[in-house]
Amino acid sequence: MGTGDSHGVAIAQIISSCMGGIRTAGDLVAWMQLTCKMKIDQAKESVAQKLNLNLQDLTNETTMSKVRSEKGLGSVIPDHVEYMGIAAKSKIAKLLDVPIHSVNLYEKHLEK
Amino acid sequence: MREIMTSSGDGQHIMLSTDDLRRNIVAGSVDAAQKGKIDGLTQAEINHLMDIFRQPAKTVSVEPGKEVIVSDDGAGLMASWGRPSAGHAIPISDHQSILMYERVYCGDTCGLGFPDYSYKPVKSAIGYARSHYKAISMLTTIPLVYGSQPNMGMYYHPSGPIEPPFDHFSKGEFEKGFQLQEEAARIMCNDIYYVAEQLYEVGCEAINLDTTGSAGDAEFWGVLQVVEDIKTKLPDMPVEMGMAGEEVIGMHGKLTYQGERLAGMYPHQQVEMAAKAGVDIFGVAVNSDTSESTPYNLARAVTFMKAAANNSPIPVHANSGMGVGGMPMTLLPPVGCSTRCAKALVEIGKADGL
Repeated sequence: MGTGDSHGVAIAQIISSCMGGIRTAGDLVAWMQLTCKMKIDQAKESVAQKLNLNLQDLTNETTMSKVRSEKGLGSVIPDHVEYMGIAAKSKIAKLLDVPIHSVNLYEKHLEK
Repeated sequence: MREIMTSSGDGQHIMLSTDDLRRNIVAGSVDAAQKGKIDGLTQAEINHLMDIFRQPAKTVSVEPGKEVIVSDDGAGLMASWGRPSAGHAIPISDHQSILMYERVYCGDTCGLGFPDYSYKPVKSAIGYARSHYKAISMLTTIPLVYGSQPNMGMYYHPSGPIEPPFDHFSKGEFEKGFQLQEEAARIMCNDIYYVAEQLYEVGCEAINLDTTGSAGDAEFWGVLQVVEDIKTKLPDMPVEMGMAGEEVIGMHGKLTYQGERLAGMYPHQQVEMAAKAGVDIFGVAVNSDTSESTPYNLARAVTFMKAAANNSPIPVHANSGMGVGGMPMTLLPPVGCSTRCAKALVEIGKADGL
């Protein structure tokens, strides 16, 4: 799948064409592709709608840094935000209204 | 007139005139169109690809707003892995490598796997895979996708329990050869499902069936069936399927899925089968020819990619690693090629991701 194998190819292709992961809204759009089979335009529109942003904001580091911090969605600077890892994924699952299996299992364990 | 610096399919730098560049692009597109019985690139798309190669900058990128999702097959583990996989062998853990991929490189998703990257060896190391996945998935925020190869060839002698069917084909014992391939596919399916189920128990967020079809149509046939099982029995676990090449090789030749013969299928047909089985993201693989140029290989890849994307009801990512997606067949690809392949696959091939 995607990028890989050759040395250095991932970094080059991430910079060239990637949304930017948790630096922006890339992971959120990826969750929509994985859990709802959405093509890229539909996935972006869905995330933008849920965040009440326009499409350009999804790859705007300044905007998304603030949004991620306010909503507890994780960040590239962990000590700047309250939520990272499974806690952030729990927030993401609720925000996007999608099933994330690791989150569902973790919450099940918390209830026991 | 200025010559354009690019690469051959083996990674060597080469210089092309503008006329040669156009000839290479047209030839690559025509080859894909003829083989796949699909539309070639339009004049506007050929011009767009020409522009991508003619840009004087060392690297190129997509226009703002056209960014896509980047998935991977082990790129997040490149720093920590050494041989037998491609990797840098830096003495850090996979945990550290993946967190670097998430927070420093900023990939959109990240793959996790076992260094011997096939489901058969993972089965033997399932305890390690489970604890590894569980610990890392507690720390990551981006989707953590467990990847491995079906690699049906490992089920034949000497590494597996099944007699090689090709010995029987050479003797004219065709039915026996078919039967052995189907048996290998069934054992492969059991292993893949076992690993998927074990990882599901520890919260696996998605699974990647990478390099599907490497042993031909029987492998593709088996993988489609195991996808059905995973999607039916393991709810909320997305499945990515990346292919081994642009054509499903007919090592068996007679196998069908939902009435369609699998041998000889090209990406726009492969993705239809994958979608019917329940795959969530499909990875198009178009192999590079080392004796041709990158413009030729990329034009071919983009032509196949566009047909698959247009024909697909599910998101389609372009496999763009070593020797696929227009990329040269080398461990150290020129950065200009990596970025030009990415831009073309997204802007012309209409990929939903890489």
